Amino acid sequence: MLYIFCPHCGLRSQNEFAYGGDATVKRPELNKEISDQEWNNFVYLRKSPRGKHLELWHHISGCRQWIKVERDTSTHEIFKTYKADELTE
Amino acid sequence: MSQDFRLDNIGMVNRNKKISFTFNGKKYFGYEGDTIASALIANGVHLVGRSFKYHRPRGFFGVGVDEPYAILQLERNNERDPNIRATEQEIFEGLEVKSVNCWPSVNFDIGAINNFLKMFFPAGFYYKTFMWPPSFWYKIYEPFIRMAAGFGEASIKHDKERYEHKYEYCDLLITGSGPSGLASAYAAAKNGARVILAEDKPRYGGSLLTSDVNIGNQTGAEWSEKIITELKSMSNVIVKNRSQVFGYYDHNMLVMSERISDHLPKTQKYLPKQRLWYIRAKEVLISSGSIERPLVFGNNDTPGVMLSSAAKEYMKVYGVLVGKKPLIFTNNDSGYETAVEFKKNGINPLILDTRKEPSSDIITEAKNLGIEIKYSYVVVAAKGYKKVKSADIAKISDNKKDLSNIENIECDCICVSGFWTPSIHLASQSGNKSEFNEKIDAFIPKKSKQKENTIGSANGKFTLEETINEAFNKGYEVSNKITENNNKVSIPTVVEKKSTEHDKFWCVPLPKGKSYKRFLDFQNDVAVTDIELALREGFRSIEHVKRYTTLGMATDQGKTSNLNGLQLVSDIENKVVPQVGHTTFRPPYTPVSIGAIVGREVGKHSKPTRKSPMHEWHEKNNAVFVDAGVWLRPRYYKQGNETLFEASKREAKNVRKNVGVCDVTTLGKIDVKGPDAAEFLNRVYTNAWLKLPVGKARYGVMLREDGIVMDDGTTTRISENHYHMTTTTAQAANVLSHLEYYLQLVWPELNVNVVSTTEQWAGAAIAGPNSRALLMKLFPNTDVSNEALPFMGYKEADLFGIPAKIYRISFSGELAYEVNVESDYGNFMWEKIIEVGKEFQIQAYGTEALSTLRIEMGHVAGSELDGRTIPHDASLEGLVSKKKDFIGKRSLSRSAFTKPDREKIVGVVPLDKTTSIPEGSYIVKDPKAKLPNPKLGHVSASCWSVEYDNPFSLAIIKDGKNMIGQKLFAMSPLKNKTIPVEIVSSHYVDPEGKRVRA
Ligand SMILES: [Zn+2]
Repeated sequence: MLYIFCPHCGLRSQNEFAYGGDATVKRPELNKEISDQEWNNFVYLRKSPRGKHLELWHHISGCRQWIKVERDTSTHEIFKTYKADELTE
Repeated sequence: MSQDFRLDNIGMVNRNKKISFTFNGKKYFGYEGDTIASALIANGVHLVGRSFKYHRPRGFFGVGVDEPYAILQLERNNERDPNIRATEQEIFEGLEVKSVNCWPSVNFDIGAINNFLKMFFPAGFYYKTFMWPPSFWYKIYEPFIRMAAGFGEASIKHDKERYEHKYEYCDLLITGSGPSGLASAYAAAKNGARVILAEDKPRYGGSLLTSDVNIGNQTGAEWSEKIITELKSMSNVIVKNRSQVFGYYDHNMLVMSERISDHLPKTQKYLPKQRLWYIRAKEVLISSGSIERPLVFGNNDTPGVMLSSAAKEYMKVYGVLVGKKPLIFTNNDSGYETAVEFKKNGINPLILDTRKEPSSDIITEAKNLGIEIKYSYVVVAAKGYKKVKSADIAKISDNKKDLSNIENIECDCICVSGFWTPSIHLASQSGNKSEFNEKIDAFIPKKSKQKENTIGSANGKFTLEETINEAFNKGYEVSNKITENNNKVSIPTVVEKKSTEHDKFWCVPLPKGKSYKRFLDFQNDVAVTDIELALREGFRSIEHVKRYTTLGMATDQGKTSNLNGLQLVSDIENKVVPQVGHTTFRPPYTPVSIGAIVGREVGKHSKPTRKSPMHEWHEKNNAVFVDAGVWLRPRYYKQGNETLFEASKREAKNVRKNVGVCDVTTLGKIDVKGPDAAEFLNRVYTNAWLKLPVGKARYGVMLREDGIVMDDGTTTRISENHYHMTTTTAQAANVLSHLEYYLQLVWPELNVNVVSTTEQWAGAAIAGPNSRALLMKLFPNTDVSNEALPFMGYKEADLFGIPAKIYRISFSGELAYEVNVESDYGNFMWEKIIEVGKEFQIQAYGTEALSTLRIEMGHVAGSELDGRTIPHDASLEGLVSKKKDFIGKRSLSRSAFTKPDREKIVGVVPLDKTTSIPEGSYIVKDPKAKLPNPKLGHVSASCWSVEYDNPFSLAIIKDGKNMIGQKLFAMSPLKNKTIPVEIVSSHYVDPEGKRVRA
């Protein structure tokens, strides 16, 4: 079970969190004309890297904040965690 | 009571307390502190089971977790407990155990015929033997395998024992209380660290209990007693016996199973049977010791062949002799320690040493005691079927390839020592890649991936002096990283006998013309020939060989077999062991009961149960409840002998005719507040929200980004910047997360806050033509006329002194209101509604009637919004704004979603107006069409229309709009029904929606 540092609450066990997928995906702006392909990429296409991955976790049984976690998908090492509005490196 | 194999003056069992137990129905005696194994051996019993594949007789091989054979089934308080190691289970008064893997009995075993049909069970036998013909599977192969295989029989009854989970945090977790565990725990605890020391066995001390050593002028056992007593007295230390750390998971989370009551006749009142500990440790010291390695020779699985260290422990800890004519077969000095112990207890052993001319302290001692030793000698094969009777032995050439004349000597046990294998299982589970150490022919941990260190013999340190020094230093070093106390204790002096090098020889060659089975894996019956065959058949990777032959699998996880298997593979392949590598060790290290894993989350505790404030009233009024997510909701209120069908019809009819009240507390409720709330809702919902006036409610549909409907509900503008959103019961939690996602990550510039208020409000839906009349009596001071409180209106009112909120919304399609009060007043509200409603013939109605009402109205719910439908499919396209953008809008213009014959919701009525259509039925054109019959869609919900008194269903079918009026068929292959139906509008009752606006 992972041990995740919530920037709001501190180190908490994984079972307090829900996984939220790739944190680098950016939603297209509202009312913007975009192609089927672009929209398809946003809705469906996700990278599945082996190694460093910036991902979202939701502290649902804690502060209910969405946070960004930089994790190695093969070793589970967590390098850094960020608040939702914090800039990532 | 006579125990032929019990010694009088040695051992740690309590001689003052005799304990009786039964094994395979026969009564035996032992002493308090005995295991099943030690007590049976004391009684001269060695045959305890049959092997997995060949059903060969099985005895005892080890003395603890290393035991691959003696796995029994325990009966306790009418419960069955399979997979019990006889070497670990302590006896208690009245204990009943029996053998597994033998049918009809341990002495006469039909499966043993497998032993004579060896061609039937070669390597990969599962894959080969039971392949063809496929029809044989159910009738012949499977019943045969089920009867013949497996370790015991699980109980199918409910386990009444209690199991608990515990979460613990510490600076340092130490797994094993042998010399390295004790020393490191002591050093760390004295340095102020919070320490947990876990010991699998009932007694602390590990090898110190059986080895002839001195630490700080005390015997090993005395020193260990002193250290453990002091550790127990320290407030920063948790010491646990009968506790196995069996799994090393991510981020230094380890799991330990504590056997609290397994050794007691009955679980004590306030104690669980077992407790599972989830331990998050800042640092871990693995001090799990090492396991003696077997030597491989003919029939080396015969009962009476066992590890020499086990024989020594049976003597020193339990006062039990494993035999009176022992043969010691060793390639190192450890066998001599066992021989010396035998001699001290009046038994004359014979030592066969594979080495030519070894010399060391212990060998000298053995010689001085007059023990007979044969050098360059090996056991060729054990003789005897159910117990060792003699052994064929021979001198072996210097190159270890040739055997000289074979002699037969009498013996009743063969104690083998093939040197030691560090237990690196936990380190391996933590991700530590081990390295092969040539000096000890075994793998030891190398580079840590997590915060762990392995110490003592688990780390290949086989002298006590090295072990004690390493453990004291590591205990200090690791704890000091955390506490920075710099408090170092002095290391005691150690006295031990020096030993000499072991012989790398491990497998005795077969004599000419003999084909003895030489076993590598004793639990899974894997012999030398099986590995040879697997390699001949082309398996190369050790992981493949493992799976093909089952070497090192199952509960044993290769504790005794692993290295000999690797040696063999490398010998055949002309490689060295490090090239072959070892297979991955997986948790659990030892078997864990399912009960311990589940803990207390069984039965109704498997998930929380949520009840509305009106629950008691429902109970008193004969409600029959149904699970709605984690909520319990009344399904119907039973009157007399009513069935579900009759009751729900009565309740629904009464809503249509008079007035009904339904508990809708479970609906999800979310407060949406802030100056940008309207803009936010406008983006979340498909319809327009910017112009909703204060005091008005609106129905809304929200999508996922892929265009699929996520949820629906009404949201009411309470004040300028405050909205009250409702969600379906099932989606409440997901919708809140969804809103938080967009507010926190996508549109953080919006000044809006959301919070769940589901539990703040109790809700009652009052529905039916009499509902306004009832409301007027409930709220005499509030104008609830159609003009003052129109459809989709909202008012705050006073309910007999209690503040209430009235929403004029309707799920039933009737004139209806939802009244909310603060949860604590829920019951008061409900009772007032029932009391005042009497004169209007009010009846409470449950979810079944609610479903009927919504289905015949064509209102969609979860069975239509099932994660596959877009608004159009559910006839909700009128709510989809063309002007503004919202979540998921772009997806709706994808080609699949705009096809002209896209699925659409319709109504379905059976032509005979009597046959109910099973939910899930297919709608097809031709019931006799060739299979697979092309389906047009499926029936999503069915009811008995109380308006028309005939069955009515909703279905989502291709090109639904153009199907209205057609005569089709509803087919349910599951119920074996084909029903001719007519497709009608989904709005079966009141299609213009007059009633809700009345
Ligand atoms: Zn948090």
